[in-house]
Amino acid sequence: MSLNTAYVDASSLGRSRQAVSQILEAAAGGCGTTGGEGKASCGTSAGPDDMPAEIWNKVKNHPCYSEEAHHHYARMHVAVAPACNIQCNYCNRKYDCSNESRPGVVSQKLTPEQAVKKVVAVASEIPQMTVLGIAGPGDALANPKKTFDTFRMLQEQAPDIKLCLSTNGLALPELADEICKYNIDHVTITINMVDPAVGEKIYPWIFWNHKRVTGIEAATILHQQQMKGLEMLTERGVLTKINSVLIPGINDEHLIEVNREVKKRGAFLHNIMPLISEPEHGTVFGLTGQRGPSAQELKAVQDACMGGANLMRHCRQCRADAVGLLGEDRSEEFTLDKIDEMQVVYDLDKRKTYQDKVESERQAQHAAKLAALAASSVDDGVDPDMKVLIAVATEGHGKVNQHFGHATEFQIFEVSRGEALFVGHRRVDLYCQGGYGEDETLPSVVSAINDCHAVLVAKIGACPRDELKAAGIEPVDEYAHEFIEKAALSWFGGYRERIAQGVITHQVRGDAQIRQGAYSGAAEQAA
Amino acid sequence: MALKIIASMCTGCSACEPECPNVAIREKGGTFIIDPAKCTECEGQFDSPQCIAVCPVDNCIKAA
Repeated sequence: MSLNTAYVDASSLGRSRQAVSQILEAAAGGCGTTGGEGKASCGTSAGPDDMPAEIWNKVKNHPCYSEEAHHHYARMHVAVAPACNIQCNYCNRKYDCSNESRPGVVSQKLTPEQAVKKVVAVASEIPQMTVLGIAGPGDALANPKKTFDTFRMLQEQAPDIKLCLSTNGLALPELADEICKYNIDHVTITINMVDPAVGEKIYPWIFWNHKRVTGIEAATILHQQQMKGLEMLTERGVLTKINSVLIPGINDEHLIEVNREVKKRGAFLHNIMPLISEPEHGTVFGLTGQRGPSAQELKAVQDACMGGANLMRHCRQCRADAVGLLGEDRSEEFTLDKIDEMQVVYDLDKRKTYQDKVESERQAQHAAKLAALAASSVDDGVDPDMKVLIAVATEGHGKVNQHFGHATEFQIFEVSRGEALFVGHRRVDLYCQGGYGEDETLPSVVSAINDCHAVLVAKIGACPRDELKAAGIEPVDEYAHEFIEKAALSWFGGYRERIAQGVITHQVRGDAQIRQGAYSGAAEQAA
Repeated sequence: MALKIIASMCTGCSACEPECPNVAIREKGGTFIIDPAKCTECEGQFDSPQCIAVCPVDNCIKAA
């Protein structure tokens, strides 16, 4: 009986399988019309023109699978899957802190029943919440009953919410058909290596066939299961995202090979994330002093993977119980006791109306970007290949709409004459506490965006303005409440004009620090 | 002959619970406990005790 169901699902998914290979071919041929570097994010920042309608429908309101969507749509994770079947040197699940935002960290574990109640409550409160993911704190597929029970019950109550899960891949081959049965069309697999000799340095052991397996044997089994699982999902038309943790000295250059191998097996997106390792997190890497990469090291590996599997650059490495837009965390508003007091009305029409509004806003953003691009392509005598990074303070909707002092992260765009490309984000400590600027935190903000030429904000106080200038970063508030790409390209046009007129000279910026285990904003909202 | 989970070290991850061939493990107050009457230390069932093999915390499970 269940076998039959699986067959029916697999065959009806055949069409999307074809669509997946089409987009992969398109990506291989360079899906960006601008060519060259434009390929880097075509999976993520591409719009409906760049991919088959069926794929676009799957990713257009998934904030993790579409860079554009992440400005508008929210996701949530429910922590129903605490168990894991492998041990990673960058993970310690004993650690929890409500101020921290890192994968694997949660404040409250949930039963499937509690989780579904929470999802429905959040969805009625946040109409742009379109995706539910199960991302641990352990491995979603090491807890198959809890994971699939949650999905099944949620589908009955809120059928419009997209389901996705993340896994290390060890149990993936045996559960691939089960995944299709529950209509889960996004799966993230963490793949840090395609060579067991590299894997041995990352994974001390796996639990396999009732045994704890260590060393090269463990890494070999994990690698084989990951590749087989990825191939099976591609065959079944499930979109896959590959997460890789960049560990300097262990797998940095190797990730280029990982990118090539996962692309070959049909991965839709590749997300290369910096290792987070502080001694106080108690992970093996934290305790042995293994450092994470700098902003330039991360970007160098990401850039080297251009032309391979499409890169995701907007990952926030969020908690396993995060709620809200990427980069914000509203989980403290939805603790179990608070949900009990809420009157939950799940209104599908209300959600649809809100999401239609979001779509029209998004189209306006797209149009503004095209207009700004057309204006920026005029030859002004300045080096046509010049590229600079800029930081943007935004609280969503794709606009420059946040006060400098209220930013807990800045989005980073690489601007050239042909495009404003999202390349990442940087977490920072909040500069404004209770309305007053904290002078001690400014140097840490500067070091986080030190590779940027300008920072675009809705508003900024006199003190940080002067200090940013002193550090060589131009504070810009004249594009307040405009769409980000348009603002970025307009500022860049002005910057080039000032160079052409001899008012300023172009200087190369330095490296920046990736802030580790940063403040999530959750604690502040709770207070 | 039975094993014991050191409560202060247990992360409550539940990985051990489904692995126990004797259904001797259950949750109690956020962490897990082993029923000594049911525990066989997996002797005659597996090469090594399953709960110890899957537990992410070294030395969290010991002979009672």
